[in-house]
Amino acid sequence: MDLFLNAIVSGLLLGGFYAAVSLGLSISFGQLDIVNIAHPAFVITGSYVTYMVNRALGLDPVLIGLVFSPLFFVVGAAVYYVYYVSFEKTGQEALSGLVFFFGLMFIIEISLIMVYGVDYRLVAAPYIGVTWRLGAVDLPLRMFVPFVTALIMTLAIHLFLARTFAGRAVLAVAQDRLALRLMGADPVKVKQLAFGLSIATAAVAGSLLIIIGPVEPSVDRLYIGRVFAIVVLGGMGSIGGTLVAALILGVAETFVATFYGPSWAPAVSFGILLVTLAVRPQGIFGRY
Amino acid sequence: MTRTFQSKSLPATRRQVLRTAAAGGAMAATSPFWLNLARAADAPIKIGFSMALTGGLAGAGKPALIAMQIWRDDINAKGGLLGRQVELVHYDDQTQPANVPKIYTKLLNVDGVDLVVSGYGTNLIAPAMPIIMRKGMVFMSLFGLAANDEFKYDRYFQIMPAGPEPKIDWSRGFIELAKGKELETIALVGADAEFAKNAVAGARTNAQNAGFKIVYDESYPPSTTDYSPIVRAIQATNPDIVYVGSYPPDSAGMVRAANELDLQTKMFGGGMVGLQYASLMTSLGPMLNGIVNYDFWVPEPTLNFPGIQEFLAKYQARAKGQGVDPLGYYLPPFAYAYVQVLGDAITAVGSLDQQALGDYIHKTTFNTVIGPVQFGANGEWAKSRTLMVQYQNITSNDLEQFKHAGKRIVLYPKEWVSGKFKFPYTEAKKA
Amino acid sequence: MRSLVFWSVSALIFALGLVATKLLANEFFFFAGYAILQATIMAVAWNILGGFTGYVNFGSAGFFAVGVYTSVALNKAFDPPLIVMLLAAALIGGLIGLATGYLTLRLRGVYFAIATLAMAIVLETVANNWAYVGGATGAYILTPKTVLFFDDYIEFLFALMLLLSLGAVAIARQLQLSRIGQGLSAIRDDEIAAECMGVPTLRLKLVSTTIMGALMALAGVPYPFFVTYVDPLSAFDLTIAVNAIAMPMIGGTALWFGPVVGALLLGSVQQIVTVTVSSAVNVLIVGVLLVIFIVVAPQGIVGLIRDQWRKRRAHG
Repeated sequence: MDLFLNAIVSGLLLGGFYAAVSLGLSISFGQLDIVNIAHPAFVITGSYVTYMVNRALGLDPVLIGLVFSPLFFVVGAAVYYVYYVSFEKTGQEALSGLVFFFGLMFIIEISLIMVYGVDYRLVAAPYIGVTWRLGAVDLPLRMFVPFVTALIMTLAIHLFLARTFAGRAVLAVAQDRLALRLMGADPVKVKQLAFGLSIATAAVAGSLLIIIGPVEPSVDRLYIGRVFAIVVLGGMGSIGGTLVAALILGVAETFVATFYGPSWAPAVSFGILLVTLAVRPQGIFGRY
Repeated sequence: MTRTFQSKSLPATRRQVLRTAAAGGAMAATSPFWLNLARAADAPIKIGFSMALTGGLAGAGKPALIAMQIWRDDINAKGGLLGRQVELVHYDDQTQPANVPKIYTKLLNVDGVDLVVSGYGTNLIAPAMPIIMRKGMVFMSLFGLAANDEFKYDRYFQIMPAGPEPKIDWSRGFIELAKGKELETIALVGADAEFAKNAVAGARTNAQNAGFKIVYDESYPPSTTDYSPIVRAIQATNPDIVYVGSYPPDSAGMVRAANELDLQTKMFGGGMVGLQYASLMTSLGPMLNGIVNYDFWVPEPTLNFPGIQEFLAKYQARAKGQGVDPLGYYLPPFAYAYVQVLGDAITAVGSLDQQALGDYIHKTTFNTVIGPVQFGANGEWAKSRTLMVQYQNITSNDLEQFKHAGKRIVLYPKEWVSGKFKFPYTEAKKA
Repeated sequence: MRSLVFWSVSALIFALGLVATKLLANEFFFFAGYAILQATIMAVAWNILGGFTGYVNFGSAGFFAVGVYTSVALNKAFDPPLIVMLLAAALIGGLIGLATGYLTLRLRGVYFAIATLAMAIVLETVANNWAYVGGATGAYILTPKTVLFFDDYIEFLFALMLLLSLGAVAIARQLQLSRIGQGLSAIRDDEIAAECMGVPTLRLKLVSTTIMGALMALAGVPYPFFVTYVDPLSAFDLTIAVNAIAMPMIGGTALWFGPVVGALLLGSVQQIVTVTVSSAVNVLIVGVLLVIFIVVAPQGIVGLIRDQWRKRRAHG
């Protein structure tokens, strides 16, 4: 019973972290239909920024992530602008955008290698290695802190999209670009805001990633499959769906690892995705 | 998906860009030709190889290259080999096996190298073998696990001190240490990747031969993020011994999870790659105490071979600011040694004849920076020197402490023991 | 291009290839050439579903690996002649393509892409756990020391790949020029309208995925003999999937020779850069080239040339 309980808790903690990494893609891919395959590469960049500042100034990693998210926001807005001018304006976006982001992913990876080298990087924080015990359940802070941060970030984004004017403009542009223009808002600026936001979340997600484990420039490739699967599983356009899907995936992986054999965990996760696509293609909370 | 084809006017500038790009590409492609012409005049001895400078194995490949460059500079300072300067010609294989055959054909057929050595890692050594064998070249090899078992090539020499039966010898020491302690059960776990799988397979054989009962035997995908479910599943079987075969990220993950969940077992460690790297040692710090792991060279007084301290000083100076392991204890001394053996053989034989070199290397014991090296019939070390070390007395996350003796005590083989085995793990990890 | 011209040129290219194996002593060209030809087959195959039909396949590496592991498994089981392995791989690859298509082609394009990615990961997990073909430990495939008619095994592999590439291009061309091809481009332009017009969209899409799967698997069959040591990491490598998408995009997706142009161009650059500039910089070059090409010519080089030609005709 102990094992079962801990498997669920561990799975939820892991899923929370996955949600943090997928949140940005939920905006860029789920709502804006931009196939940003370089999103994990931006996350890794966030990890490296966190590493640098943590080593130089000793600041808390999550704090560093938050402090740098405005900078990442600006970068995201700039990248979107290039993407827009090159592809969206001319209607070529689907495939060309994909190749563009592949190229960008390689550029980011190699730049990181050239600047930081290929050695594994880790951060130091007082809560890494500390475990809270609640009865039979273990809560390693190394996983718990990212989990809590992810929940807060998801809630913040959700509130932004649902309650603020700018946020609702983002939701609107996802649903109907022409209608938005007729309402007087500039869809390009709105999408720029949204994409910038997605990259800003990557900064925080990166800081969480390097808390959990060592990072080196090609680690981003391990997450490409997962993040797209989570966004699709949760339903394109639904932030809450992304969170739920991430938690489901985290728990599924942990269960398989605990009770059957970790080797099969990826097959189970993606198997769940395939089954969902076959049965309910719009995902758990998807509308269209 | 709908696509609309619109005709766009192409400004002349973009066309020009494409043209100049093509011209630039053509020039870049033919530049080695011009360099080779220039080199022909000096006739240096060229040693060619591929090395992982990007991709998954670059963390070890880049330091290896630095070590080899140190050897080249040392040798050239003394006048070179056979009176000729030595030159290293290498290409980045990007940790992709498909790149290896063409790199070696280019080295041999186009660049005209006189000698070849291998890249780092089994899957980057094996693809070169058919070409090397066809040309009958001597092939010094850098850390491939049992890569010659299938090819059975008589001019292959492996510098990794695994021993004549690499897959078994790797974990033999660990199981030997366990044998003296009245233990019964063992848990085996490893990454789903070449080296780790082989290490665990060897441990399985050794454990079965020693009469241990295997209570857990699983592997995990390298993309695993959280290792606590695995450690918990292992704990549920209450093993006396836990043998792990892992790569750097999973090694860190397993050690952290074991500490966070307070793993109760009597012996923990085995084949964890990465615990020898400075970045992981400083990050994990005191969490390493009590772990018994493989290693090849540690700064213990029993392993103070002639030349090693000078080499390490040079390496550490060059490694600064390169984004590689700052200490260089793991692969670099062996990368130095494998070209050192080749160089010494050439000097002794007095020529570049591959047959003569091969025969000479087979029958000679070399004195290198990593101590005496002797090869067996299959190209592996005649006698295993895979060390088992235990992390002890680590109290902080400071880097300096690892430069001195006393933190990684050699427990096996007998000839190199430098301290006492602290047993069991639950006690040993406290100090 | 008239059919007669096409077949004559193809035959000529193959003959030239054979002559090259006799005349060129430097094996480097065959190793590099093999890689470019492999990329060409993958690009042409991808384009059948991606360019002609408009459905993006993210999991090309999965189909490629089907060919690789069919080859390894059969080789270890009873070492059959090459033609048997090619037929078996084409069959299995085609079936998996068919199955993937059947399960997912009801979905919007972007979901199909994710489904192919998921399928590739599931296949990789299976390969990792299948001990018979080496699993994660990898498998060694030894090449024979001598081979009929050629001096070297790599020359044989090169000639084989040349034959397979020419075949794949011929199939793609036939497909594009046939009624099936017209149906596919109708699907690509507006699937719902095509369905309304009576185009049997599902059947045509299944034809697309089956052929794509079969061709990609064929590309993988000689791979174990090329590298001698195969493990899931290299068989399922991300670069294979990226190239399969990037090369048709750079060359141009609408016509059958677009992927060929893209594969020859990008493939050659990659091969040359590996043995010249060699270092982290060479992957950077590829990444930068990708971005530059796609920004400058989103319809691919063929599309660019076509636009130029059309403009000149309109003005002149």
